Amino acid sequence: MPDAVVELVDVNKWYGTFHALKDFNLEISSGERVVICGPSGSGKSTVVRCINQLERHQKGTIRIDGVELTDDSKSVARIRSEVGMVFQQFNLFPHLTVLENLTLGPIKARGLSRKEAEARARHYLERVHIPDQADKRPIQLSGGQQQRVAIARSLCMEPRVLLFDEPTSALDPEMISEVLDVMVELAEEGMTMVVVTHEMGFARKVADNMVFMDEGETVEQGKPENLFTNPKSERCRKFLSQILQH
Amino acid sequence: MKRALLPLTVLVLVAGCSSSQNWGWYVIDPTTESGWTNVKFLVSGMGATIQISLIAAVLSIAIGLIVALPSLSEKRGWRLVNRIYVEFIRSIPLLPMLFWVFYGMPIVFRSMGLNIPIDPFWGAIITLAVSDSAFTAEIYRAGIQSIARGQSEAAQTIGLNYFQTMRYVILPQAIRRILPPLANQFIYIVKMSAFASVIGMQELTRRANELVVTEYRPLEIYTLLIFEYLLLVLIISAGVRWLERRMGSDERGQ
Repeated sequence: MPDAVVELVDVNKWYGTFHALKDFNLEISSGERVVICGPSGSGKSTVVRCINQLERHQKGTIRIDGVELTDDSKSVARIRSEVGMVFQQFNLFPHLTVLENLTLGPIKARGLSRKEAEARARHYLERVHIPDQADKRPIQLSGGQQQRVAIARSLCMEPRVLLFDEPTSALDPEMISEVLDVMVELAEEGMTMVVVTHEMGFARKVADNMVFMDEGETVEQGKPENLFTNPKSERCRKFLSQILQH
Repeated sequence: MKRALLPLTVLVLVAGCSSSQNWGWYVIDPTTESGWTNVKFLVSGMGATIQISLIAAVLSIAIGLIVALPSLSEKRGWRLVNRIYVEFIRSIPLLPMLFWVFYGMPIVFRSMGLNIPIDPFWGAIITLAVSDSAFTAEIYRAGIQSIARGQSEAAQTIGLNYFQTMRYVILPQAIRRILPPLANQFIYIVKMSAFASVIGMQELTRRANELVVTEYRPLEIYTLLIFEYLLLVLIISAGVRWLERRMGSDERGQ
């Protein structure tokens, strides 16, 4: 497919002797929203971490915009400019203000002037609905606000694809929706997204493709409504029943 | 036994002070002319001690960082380079290293066709800096490793390269944990600079030794020497506490 932004072909990843990804395949086209779910240890985080090369895969091919990822630093630098990442633990820089968190990448990696970077940062803070927290430190914000700052920080790099690694798992229940709302808005604006999450309501609402993983493999994938109403595999059925129980 | 130690020490000191025959503070009595000359002579070593210690500490802080970075690499070869340096350097006692640098290194240079003389001043600085760098490297490593991995991952995902990640994200956070043990090393350097006296460096200890030879008053002169070092160390401690307070308040965002 020519318009695939991210393409994983027979990707294998081992941690020591643990086989984390087994001949994993996935294709993400421009504007597509992919949700990856599965039990813990199933390799779903490993997928997004391989896409932006925080982890090196040992076998198989990953292509971003048709260009294969290799080990050399140029190739890694290229992914970093096209792929953004939102972490479970936010990973904001505690010694910097919110504004400085947002402008660091654009200034140092992209060579924007401070003025341009700050204008861009304020624009994206507006988009995640916290325009007036720019001068605070991350620690002074709530978890939900911190995660929205983290999303804004990724957006400031204007990536083509945004990866989310369990973005709401570290949040208190009452803060989950404010983060999900922002993510839904991003999806509606056409952002290409890969989201590892257990939030099935979110998946149902925005996912074009839902991937259920177990033991490093894709067990099932398809439209979320098909997966929810008519899961073909026993493993998927069991997982969904456990997760939808409460 | 331990409990008896303190009273015993006091007793010895009191006995020493009270018997006027053996006690001769006159050598460093600043109210007499000769005493004042002696005190001036002793204290004049302070400048050299401070200079040697400061330059050696700055060098050690820089070398230590360079040595620490490979220890954080994912590549085993780089980590091995760090291990070998640290284990080798920190196993060499200071005095033999000082002799090697001062007497040995010029010969090495000459055999390489270089004419680089090593005077006591730079000999002492090189030895102190290199010897201490193995310890500062370990301090850096511990401090940097204490910063959660997510921080460098986040830095990478916003496009920062290795050095930018260190400079803008990791080191500013690690420095607060690195600073107190680094200050300890600085105190260690000040004290170890006394060894420079054996290669003829005119610093505090050397001055004291020279005066003892002419005045035969080791007890009084070395007592003053100890208080000179105490003064230096107290000043450093106060400076470090001030720095820590400043950085601490910074971290809380005030």
